[in-house]
Amino acid sequence: MGLRNIELRKLEEIIFKILMIVATVIITGSLAFIIVIIIVKGLPAMKLSMITQLPKGGFYIGKEGGILNAIAGSLMVAGGATLLSIIISIPVVLYINIYRKKRSRLANLTRFSFDVLWGVPSIVYGAFGFTVMLAFGIKASLLGGIIAIGFLELPIMSRAVDEVVRMVPSELKEATYSLGATKLETSYKVIVRQTFSGIVTATLIAFGRGIGDAAAVIFTAGYSDYIPDSLSQPAATLPLAIFFQMGTPFPEVQERAYASAFILTLIILVISITSRIIAVKITKHTIK
Amino acid sequence: MNSPRLLKDRIFSLLMQGLTIASCLVLVLIFICLLVKSSPLLISKPLGELLFSTNFRPLKGEFGFLAFIIGTLLVTGIALIIAVPLSLLAAVFLSEYTSGFILKAMKSLIDVLSGIPSVIYGLWGILVIVPLIKETIWLLFRKSVSGYSILAGGIVLSLMIIPVILHVSIEVLQYVSRDLREAALSLGATKWETIKHVVLRKGSPGIIAGIVLGLSRAFGETMAVMMVCGNVARIPGSLLDPGYPLPALIANNYGEMLSVPLYDSALLFAAFILFLIVVVFNIISRVILLKVERSIQ
Repeated sequence: MGLRNIELRKLEEIIFKILMIVATVIITGSLAFIIVIIIVKGLPAMKLSMITQLPKGGFYIGKEGGILNAIAGSLMVAGGATLLSIIISIPVVLYINIYRKKRSRLANLTRFSFDVLWGVPSIVYGAFGFTVMLAFGIKASLLGGIIAIGFLELPIMSRAVDEVVRMVPSELKEATYSLGATKLETSYKVIVRQTFSGIVTATLIAFGRGIGDAAAVIFTAGYSDYIPDSLSQPAATLPLAIFFQMGTPFPEVQERAYASAFILTLIILVISITSRIIAVKITKHTIK
Repeated sequence: MNSPRLLKDRIFSLLMQGLTIASCLVLVLIFICLLVKSSPLLISKPLGELLFSTNFRPLKGEFGFLAFIIGTLLVTGIALIIAVPLSLLAAVFLSEYTSGFILKAMKSLIDVLSGIPSVIYGLWGILVIVPLIKETIWLLFRKSVSGYSILAGGIVLSLMIIPVILHVSIEVLQYVSRDLREAALSLGATKWETIKHVVLRKGSPGIIAGIVLGLSRAFGETMAVMMVCGNVARIPGSLLDPGYPLPALIANNYGEMLSVPLYDSALLFAAFILFLIVVVFNIISRVILLKVERSIQ
């Protein structure tokens, strides 16, 4: 390459650098554009009644009411699913990190299968959840939605918790063993406490994914104009509310889709920014 | 010896082991469930007809998935053609030419945006991309189209997979060791030549893995694509024709599937195809990424 003119080589660099900057600007620009559009369209359509009222008669042709049913339903589905995924993922992560060697075959297999599960599309979780529900005779309900979203959140939660638990220095474990603690005591008295803010971050990330998902609940949670008061009743969810409102031919109802989208985006952004702030705090206080 | 404590430890250890093994088996469980549910269809129709026929008339008992498979491939293909060059250029720029605050801020931004629900992307597609396509075509060719097309689906999808590809690529490029770069620079290579001949070459397996991850994400994406791509069960003749990807087929017909014989089986077969393809892609990219990680440690 020495034979080539240095100016030519510099020119190539400049051209590519310009292309790179353009690409970066296009990406950030269009992603920011999404948020801007949701705010510009959603904010004017927001009314207090949207978040305080259930849909009233004729809501879907543009009459009075709100989407309290979907907000509450989404919080219930995602909340229940997150609880389910915490109950499963924390013991699993503690087991592969504390009871087994961090690089044991079972630990690696578990991590690998969570990584693969992470990529499974939510519509597949929906279809799978549906077959499980059929097998147990469960109808489209809050419980069904919790099961499907729970499966969807499980790999997200587990991998995020694993990242922080894996970082706990082994000296800390050894110190507690030398004081006579069992592995179980080490796990919940030391490791869980040490990684608590990491676990909170993971919970928020999983919750955020759960609340935004539509394809997994479309089969499993159903839809209802009321807030479910038991696990066996169908539950409305925000993403589906947006989808259905967008699907109607009435401009008034589509306006409501924009407002609903604004609410959902706001929830997601608050969750994701909170989790980021907590994540910054972990790195400040953990023993390294 | 404090035996109640040891006993407690033992019991919990077994419980936790059980949970761990169970969660490793979830993949197998999904596979078996979907296979069992799609078996009635697989038994009554030859696989060739299912995969290579375009006749999809559930009421007549005809289930050819070709139009849906092609719809999925086209939408994914368009998304990749847009997303891959953009993400690669941006990844190189961010990891090689920026550092510190900008890089951190961009990474956070990408991660925040990758958490935006697909319904929101779909809504944005309806509000921005669909009218944009409609008006551009009218201006250029004086032809009126609805705008709901595989092109719209591909564009929306590309924005959804850019964060995935970008995230992995930046990580991978940053893994490439400083020594290698310095060696190239000391031989008189310009910064760009170092990137082109050393950094990108060294990082290429990881970048490919990132692209495959993005690809599998695109394959299974449902709501956003379904909202903008028109959902007409025909093989699209051009980019501006509507298409009907597999995930949209599943999501759109959940209501009526239990009343038509074999229909539920057919939809779960569609889910099975998606699951298989995505799992295979994911396994490939994860194996590559693990190898990359090991070669660094």
